[in-house]
Amino acid sequence: MRPKNLFPLLLLSALLAGPALAAPDLDDIISQANNVAYYSGDDGRADVAMTILDNQSRTRERLFTILRKDIEEGGDQLYFVYFKRPSDVRKTTFLVHKYMDRDDDRWMYLPSLDLVKRIAASDQRTSFMGSHFFHEDLSGRHLDADHHALLEENDTFYVIKNIPKEPADVEFASYTVWIDKKNFLPMKAEYLDKSGALYRTMEVLEVATIAGYPTVLKSRISDLEAGGSTVTRFSNVKYNLGLDDNLFSERYLRRPPREARQ
Amino acid sequence: MMKPRRLNLLLLPGLLLLLALPAQGAMDQLRERLYADYGLDLTGFVETRAGLRTQNDDYADDLTLAEARLQLHLSKDLGWGIFKAKGDLLADGVVDRVSGRLRDLNLLFFPAHNIDMKIGRQVLTWGTGDLLFINDFFAKDWQAFFIGRDDEYLKAPSNALKSSIFFELINIDLVYIPVFEGSAHISGERLSYWNGVLGRTAGNDFIFDLEERNSAGQDSEYAVRLSRHISSMEVALYGYNGFWQTPEGMVVPAMQLRYPRLQIYGASLRNPIWGGIGNIETGYYHSSQADHGRDPLTRNSEYRLLLGFEREIGHNFTAAGQAYLEWLMDYEEYKETLSPGTPAKDEYRQVVTLRLTKLLMNQNLILSLFTYYSPTDKDGYIRPKVQYKLTDQWLLEGGGNIFFGADNHTFFGQFQDNTNVYGGVRWSF
Repeated sequence: MRPKNLFPLLLLSALLAGPALAAPDLDDIISQANNVAYYSGDDGRADVAMTILDNQSRTRERLFTILRKDIEEGGDQLYFVYFKRPSDVRKTTFLVHKYMDRDDDRWMYLPSLDLVKRIAASDQRTSFMGSHFFHEDLSGRHLDADHHALLEENDTFYVIKNIPKEPADVEFASYTVWIDKKNFLPMKAEYLDKSGALYRTMEVLEVATIAGYPTVLKSRISDLEAGGSTVTRFSNVKYNLGLDDNLFSERYLRRPPREARQ
Repeated sequence: MMKPRRLNLLLLPGLLLLLALPAQGAMDQLRERLYADYGLDLTGFVETRAGLRTQNDDYADDLTLAEARLQLHLSKDLGWGIFKAKGDLLADGVVDRVSGRLRDLNLLFFPAHNIDMKIGRQVLTWGTGDLLFINDFFAKDWQAFFIGRDDEYLKAPSNALKSSIFFELINIDLVYIPVFEGSAHISGERLSYWNGVLGRTAGNDFIFDLEERNSAGQDSEYAVRLSRHISSMEVALYGYNGFWQTPEGMVVPAMQLRYPRLQIYGASLRNPIWGGIGNIETGYYHSSQADHGRDPLTRNSEYRLLLGFEREIGHNFTAAGQAYLEWLMDYEEYKETLSPGTPAKDEYRQVVTLRLTKLLMNQNLILSLFTYYSPTDKDGYIRPKVQYKLTDQWLLEGGGNIFFGADNHTFFGQFQDNTNVYGGVRWSF
């Protein structure tokens, strides 16, 4: 169909859709949700406590501090993670340079060996520290990795379905996200496997406004297939600390900055 | 075969301690008090390990490992610096000894905004190789590695001063080790090895004396690294002035092993490539006391080269391979001066390695395999390992150290009779 033939069709759909057209454009909703979830302020820090419950009801704890700096809003980012618990990983540090146009660079420093190890992992959908959170859940999934469709808009949520452009790279067939219309925080996500069954959920359990930014204080990811879940709590959340780019380098991997040790 | 030793009884209290320790609450309390009252951060572990040869060795015990160990790690943030002390108390049933060893006793401080300085006992590492080292010429403990202690113990500590200076264009690391200590080499005390003088495998029936190499000022080591990032690529140049870390020379007629002088000039590069990480590292080893190959009792100069690649090949499954070359310089001179009957080394020694790591059960079960194989020496070394994190505190581990070779005099081949399996349990706090 040539472009000009589209016009009557567009006019028709505009008439049928009526007031819905006043709502933000789908791309805007998605990028705004991404910014609210992963790019609040120019930088930030949080103490993170993960409680991992396995399918035999045993719990494991992960405590770490995370520092983040945005190179560009919605774009490249720097992450620094300083582990505190369990004690076998205490003082281990992890550095991520997140890029939009290529695989992230990741390094880990193992203090007992004084070793800066470069991590080859390109798979973003592997567990972070044995939890039910994937690396991607903590630092965000690339927006252009999926096709997006607005399934529903109600009084509270924009409900958006996401279908991966490269299905072979991921374990899900699709996932649906509920984005809060007030503040654009993604409040819930449901992942469907290739047979169409729901096997993984993310729920935000507690939200607060910190320095003007809507901030998740507690969330849970559940594995409905294998059983088990991880609850993550964020505390001492701060924004716009003026973190220097240099903090996200090998120097500070070997000797974590005060901002992470506090 | 030797009689079971007295010290093996010491393992019993070690085990009991392990069983008694789940007093996690008490330990947490102690830790909180140390932190609240003194600002001291305490962590550590207790573990016990045992290992056995899987075949008879005419020159060594059946037991390769029988020990209980306590490690304590204290650190204090001083504001202007960080103090760290870490040490092990080891009851070793194989050599019948209880010993304490400090791994860290150092102070890290920041004399200028772009300088980090660490002074004291510390573990030092740089370079890009994976269990193959070219420019990382800091002390190692191969014995610990070969008998199945934790990987941590492959790196031996050094008494050193390390200063790191950070500039916009380049970072400079300088390391000064006032008195050379050398790596823990395979002396025959607990592992049998090829003894070139006897022309046979030997164990604790023949332990060489070592020439002293411990005078401050004269026996110092210096190492330097210049490094920088160019986008995602890490580039580094290295220099080292010191000694072979293992006794690669001999003094006659004293029949003492010697650590000959050595200078290294090297470079490395590490960069993402083909969906993984690739690295190249090279070094020229100038063995200045080898007299250009005319001294048959000192190891010749060498050129070393390493190529490596690692990538994820499946979900929680990583593979890494390396190809490594040791090119012996002055090979004609080496062959001419070789005493009759001594097997000659290859001019180009090659080693390939393969590492496979698979994580299962929420990453609590770790299966790993590291293999060295030398097509030129026709020998190799396989390290299978299973680790299971029962809880955040309890770790179970089992593995093997499998040596094979066509000859008894090659690097891995000489350890054939030391092939062993081991198991251990660790409680971390």
